[in-house]
Amino acid sequence: MEANLKEIVLNNSNEIVKMWLEEIERNRKHDYTSTISDELFESTNREFVNVIFSSLEKEGLTNDIEGFAERLINLGWPLSYLTDGMQAFRRVTINYILSQSNKVDTTYFSTVLSKVDEWVDPIINQLVNEYSGSWENIVSLQKVALQELSAPLIPVMENITVMPLIGTIDTERAKLIMENLLDGVIKHHAEVVLIDITGVPVVDTMVAHHIIQAAEAVRLVGSTCILVGIRPEIAQTIVNLGIDLSKFPTKSSLKKGFESALELTNRKIVGIENTNKDIEELVDSLDRE
Amino acid sequence: MDFQSCVNIKKEWDIVGARQLGRDIAKKVGFGNVDQARIATAISELARNIYLYAGSGKVCFDAIDELNEKGLRIVAIDEGPGIQDVSQVMEDGFSTSGGLGAGLPGVKRLMDEFDVISRQGEGTEIKVVKWLR
Repeated sequence: MEANLKEIVLNNSNEIVKMWLEEIERNRKHDYTSTISDELFESTNREFVNVIFSSLEKEGLTNDIEGFAERLINLGWPLSYLTDGMQAFRRVTINYILSQSNKVDTTYFSTVLSKVDEWVDPIINQLVNEYSGSWENIVSLQKVALQELSAPLIPVMENITVMPLIGTIDTERAKLIMENLLDGVIKHHAEVVLIDITGVPVVDTMVAHHIIQAAEAVRLVGSTCILVGIRPEIAQTIVNLGIDLSKFPTKSSLKKGFESALELTNRKIVGIENTNKDIEELVDSLDRE
Repeated sequence: MDFQSCVNIKKEWDIVGARQLGRDIAKKVGFGNVDQARIATAISELARNIYLYAGSGKVCFDAIDELNEKGLRIVAIDEGPGIQDVSQVMEDGFSTSGGLGAGLPGVKRLMDEFDVISRQGEGTEIKVVKWLR
């Protein structure tokens, strides 16, 4: 009888596909796919239903599903399109099979239900797995990308390096900051390191604690750490929290910090004297000749 | 008590989620830049305490909008081990985890009202309020 059910479905595939397409079309009106063009939507539906039937015929999962799911993921179609589609297929198929048989008792009914589930569930599982696999992949890639952006150290001048911090600092990042900072100080022979926290949204006790530790470690390897980019509201919260940042110099902006870093290394920025005068003299001398 | 919105704290990144939601609500209530930073910092401390000491819990927000007063109420609830000695943790510089020990006393100074209820073995509830002036 079970093979029988499959035959009913396969022999009447046209009928079922028609019902399925109608159902999908009805669902479409009030949902996500409304921005997709009708042609694309229809051709995708056709392909989807072909994939379903081919896996039904071969009694098992095929590479078609994988390829189909992959393409939809690339196009950015929502997972709900696929799950809704499969649910619609389940409803339509069950309805169709039941409407084809003359007498329906409970055993027959439950056989039909479990058989259709057997067809539909593995496909849903595979589709969901494909999707979540691609999401996990994206998340892990972004995590790596974020980590690479995490704690850059920029040597701006001999003996002076800058570490701009942007975004939230968590425990993992704090560790990375410390390592990069110390590595960089040794590698670039930095005498002064400027830590810029302009881009750090919130400085709580944990962040402050990590910065203090980093500055202390930098002091131990013989360099000076200047904390710059303290916005007024951050300054107020630090005072409210009662955090003592007096052990190392702090400045409001990177510019001011850089100036005092130059002072610490016995240098200063001097403007070049008027170069236009030289050019004028040159032009004059040319004219004379 | 019925809260407008809550954030569950389970992972370290949930602290950021709580902070962002709190900041958004604070902005809607009408707090200025400095107070937003204060509120965000206080949430950060409370949420981090949950993450560090209780493992999991939640931070709830409640915008207060009454006739003569507006503000934001934040409640941090956990079912952790509880605080052994509340007066001790309110001292500056006390920490069991090697931190700065400025968290709870700092939150008290950042906010206008501060209330701790803690039962050993049952959990902790910290209620803070910032009034809009």
